[in-house]
Amino acid sequence: MRYETSFRLNGTPVSVSVEPSRTLLHVLREDLGMTGTKEGCTDSECGACMVLLDGEPLNACSYLAVQADGREVTTVEGLSAPDGSLSALQRAFLAHGGVQCGFCTPGMLISATALLARDPDPAEETVRAALSGNLCRCTGYQGIVQAVRSAAAEIREG
Amino acid sequence: MTIRTPERIVGEGAQVGRSMPRVDAGEKLRGEARYVGDMSVPGMLHGKVLRSPFPHARIISIDVSAALALPGVVAVLTGEDTLDIDPYWGHAIKDRPIVAIGEVRFVGEPVAAVAAEDEATAEAALAEIVVEYEELPVVGTLDDALAADAPLVHDGPIRPGLFHGLGTLPDRDGNICYRYGFERGSVDEVFEQAEIVVEGEYTFPGVYQYAMETHSVIAQWEGGEVTLWATCQHPFLVRAEIAALFDLPLGRVRIIVPYLGGGFGSKSYTKMEPITVALARKAGRPVRIVNRVDESMVTTRRHGAKTWMRTAADRSGRLLAREARVWFDTGAYADNGPRVTATGADSAPGPYRWSGVRVEASCVHTHTAPSGSYRAFGASHVQWAGELQVDEVARRAGIDPVEIRRLNLLTPGEQVRPGGKPLDADLIGDIRKVADALGWDEPREPGIGRGISVGLLAAGAHPVSSAIVRLEADGEAIVLVGSTEMGQGQRTAFAQIAAEVLAMPAERIRCQGTDTRFTPYDRSTGASRSTTLAGLAVQRAAAEVRADLMEIAGKVWPDAGDAVELRDGAAWWKGERRSYPELIARRFGLSGGQLIGEGGVHPEGTGSYAEGPVFWEVCIGAAEVHVDRETGVVSVRRTATVADVGTAINPLLVERQDEGATMQGIGNALLEEMVYREGMLLNDSLLDYRIPTIEDLPPEQVCVIVENADGPGPFGAKGCGEGAFAGIIAAIATAVADAGVRVDELPLTPERVWRSSQGQPKEDAKG
Repeated sequence: MRYETSFRLNGTPVSVSVEPSRTLLHVLREDLGMTGTKEGCTDSECGACMVLLDGEPLNACSYLAVQADGREVTTVEGLSAPDGSLSALQRAFLAHGGVQCGFCTPGMLISATALLARDPDPAEETVRAALSGNLCRCTGYQGIVQAVRSAAAEIREG
Repeated sequence: MTIRTPERIVGEGAQVGRSMPRVDAGEKLRGEARYVGDMSVPGMLHGKVLRSPFPHARIISIDVSAALALPGVVAVLTGEDTLDIDPYWGHAIKDRPIVAIGEVRFVGEPVAAVAAEDEATAEAALAEIVVEYEELPVVGTLDDALAADAPLVHDGPIRPGLFHGLGTLPDRDGNICYRYGFERGSVDEVFEQAEIVVEGEYTFPGVYQYAMETHSVIAQWEGGEVTLWATCQHPFLVRAEIAALFDLPLGRVRIIVPYLGGGFGSKSYTKMEPITVALARKAGRPVRIVNRVDESMVTTRRHGAKTWMRTAADRSGRLLAREARVWFDTGAYADNGPRVTATGADSAPGPYRWSGVRVEASCVHTHTAPSGSYRAFGASHVQWAGELQVDEVARRAGIDPVEIRRLNLLTPGEQVRPGGKPLDADLIGDIRKVADALGWDEPREPGIGRGISVGLLAAGAHPVSSAIVRLEADGEAIVLVGSTEMGQGQRTAFAQIAAEVLAMPAERIRCQGTDTRFTPYDRSTGASRSTTLAGLAVQRAAAEVRADLMEIAGKVWPDAGDAVELRDGAAWWKGERRSYPELIARRFGLSGGQLIGEGGVHPEGTGSYAEGPVFWEVCIGAAEVHVDRETGVVSVRRTATVADVGTAINPLLVERQDEGATMQGIGNALLEEMVYREGMLLNDSLLDYRIPTIEDLPPEQVCVIVENADGPGPFGAKGCGEGAFAGIIAAIATAVADAGVRVDELPLTPERVWRSSQGQPKEDAKG
C-alpha cells in the first residue's frame, strides 16, 4: 500500500508515492535525492537528520513521510540562496571554524536556523540548549556556539 | 580562545600561518558534500549483516534457504562462501575471518550477510536465517583472560599481517597475543632505597570512537577489478589487504575515498571492506553496506586497559624510577592491539629523567568487540596513571605539581628511549604556558581541583607519503595526495602549503579525495602525520613546479638569473610581470599543458618502530574542576591545552583540533564507557552510551599554540590534535584527585566519585 504524499520541499511542491512505514529521512534521501540530510543514529539522539517542518526542527529519522503531507519541509539544501550564496548563519560557520567533518553540519544549521527565527539575540546558554540535540564529535562545539551568536548579531544589524 | 607563542610575523600574502576558512566548508554547509552512504552505483544492492548474539559459541548449522526465497534477495553470504580463499585478515595479526567460520568470538561478529534490492528486504531476510549455536565458555574480562585456566579465545599460531610494523611477532602466550616491554637502568635497587614510593592500580574503560558517520562501503567487481567507495583513513593499506585476501594484483583494487564523517582511528586499517567485497562477489552485483551505530560500536573500539604502576622518588621530589605493567583488552581479534600496546608502553614512563624504568605491556584477547585505534591511543590509557603518581610524589615532597614537573622533565635533545628520536619539544616552556593559561597560581575555592599533565606520544606512524602537484594552464593548481580528509582539515592545510611554495592564493588550489588509481601512495591518515608527512610531500612536489616556473621565467628574462621573484601567481622582474598561465603557454604553446611536480617522503633508516617516531607529540593539558561531594558530579570549569605544532599552517584549524580533542577527553574522563557483562554489551546505543553534548562545553577553554618551528614537517610544522586528548584526560583525573577524591578508575561517573568521596580516603601508597 502506498500513499500519495505532497509537500513543499525547500519552497518547491513535490509529490511522492510512499509506503506508510517509510521515514521522511529515507524518502528525502532515497526518493528525492536530497542527501544533504544525514542518516546518523536513527534513534533521534544525534540530530544529523534534522529538517525544518513548518519551521520547527525535527529528527526526520523518526518521522513518517506520510505525516509531512501538506506541510513545508526545509532541508540543508534549502538554507542557501538559489544562486548558492550562503546564509548569514552558514557564513558564520565558515568564518568561525564551525565545520569539520561536516556530518553534523546540516542538522546543526537546521537547529540554529530555527533558533534564530524565534530568538534573534540568544544568550550563550540559549544557544547551548537549542543545539543540545545535535551531537558533534569533531569541533568541540566552541566554533559552533561562536558562529551562531555572531550570525545572530549580523542578522540583527541587517 | 587562542594564545600564540612566540608571536610569529608572517609576510604579506603569506599562505602558511593564516586562518583561512576551510576549503571544503562551502560544500559541507550547502549539503553538497558526499559521503559513502550518500552514494550509489548502477545495479547496486543493499547489504545487511547478521551478527552473533553470543560472545562465544560454536556454529552448528546455518540455514539460509528461507532468506534466499524472499523476493528481492539476491545473495546470502556465509563463512562457507569464503573457503576458496584464505579468508583471514588483520593488518597486525591475520586472525579475523571475513564472516564467522564455525565459531563466533564476540557479540556482533558477522555470521552471514544478505544482499537485496532494497534495505528493508535485506533486513527482513536476516530474520529468516536460521543459525544453530552451541554456547561456549566466555572470557569476559582481562582478569578472566589472564586466569591460569582461562579458555583460549584463539589457539592457532600467530599469523603476522601485512602492516604490524613491529618486527618479529612473538608466539601466543595463553590469551596474550603480543607483548612489548623494556628495562633501563637499575629498577629494583632504586625502589628498595627510595624515600618516596607511590603505587597503584588503574582501570581505563573500553570506549567507542563515535565517528558520526558509521563504517560504510560500496564494493563493485567489474572486469576483473574491485572498486570500493569506502570510509577508510588508510586507503592504500586497505587496497593491499583486499588484494591479498582476494588474490588480486594491487593495480586491480581501486579505493575511492570521498569525505569522511569523522574517523578518530575508527576507520583506520581494514574494517567492513572484506565482507562487502565478498558479498558483492557472491551477488555478482555491486553492494553497499552502511553500519548502524550499534554495529560500528562493535566493529572496532578503544581498548580497555588495566595498569599497575609504581614510582620512586627522593624526598626533594626528584623522580628516580618507574615500573609499569599494562594489560590492553584487545577483544576477540587483534585489530591494532599490538601497536596500541607498544605505544602505551612507550608512554608509560612519561617524559621524565629516570635512573631506572621497567615497562611490560600485554595485548590480551577477550570475547568482546575487537579494539583498535582511537585518537592518542596508548598515551590516553596510561598518562593519567603516571601523572596521578607524580602529583602524589609532589604532595609528599611538599612541592607544587608544576614545579615537580619542571624539575624532572626531559629537555630538547635528551633521549626519550634508547635508539629512538630524541625529544624535539620544549616541555618545560609548554607546561608553564598551560599553567598560566589555566590560572594555576590563582587562589582556589573549596570543592575546586586543578590538574596539569604532560606526556609524550610517538607520532607520525610510518614515514611514507607522496604527492603530485599540477599547475594547470589557467593558473589553478591541483594537489593529489592519498591522505584522507576526515574533518581535520588537511585539504585546507595542503592547499596552504602548496600555495606558500607556489606564491599564489590557496583559494586557487584544489585538493580532492583519494582514488588509488590516480592518487600517489600515502601510508595512512592518523598518528597526527598528515600535515607533517603528506604535507612535506606536498611541499616538495610544489617545489618542483616552482623550479619549473623559475626555469621558464629564465627563458623569458635571460639576464635575470636568480632575481626573478614569484608573487601572487606571477613571475616578476624589474617591474615586468608574467602570470603563471603566460609562463605555461610559453613552455607548451597556445593550447597550454601542465607543470607537474612530484614529492615524496620515505624513511631515512629502515623505518622500524624502534627508530622512530617521526616526532614526539606533546600531550599537555590542564583542567579546573568542581567536585560536588554530595552528588559525585564533576564539572569541568576551565581547560587549557598546548598545541606544540612547530608552525601553525592554519591557526584556526589547530585551535579547533585541540578543542575537539578536549571534548573527547572530557567524554573519556567523565562519561564514556562500553559496559560489558559476561561478554554482552549493555549500552549499545547513543541513548545509553553518552558522549559530550554542547551542554558539556566548559565555560572557559584556552588553546595555547606554541610555534618553535621545531617540527620535521613543512615550514617546521608538526602534527597536533591527539596530544591534547591524552593531556586532558590526565588533567581531569589529577584535578579530581586534587579536589580530594581518590581516582583509580575512569570514567569518573557521579557514582564512582560519590562512592570514593564517601569512603575512607585510600592511601595511594602501599610502599
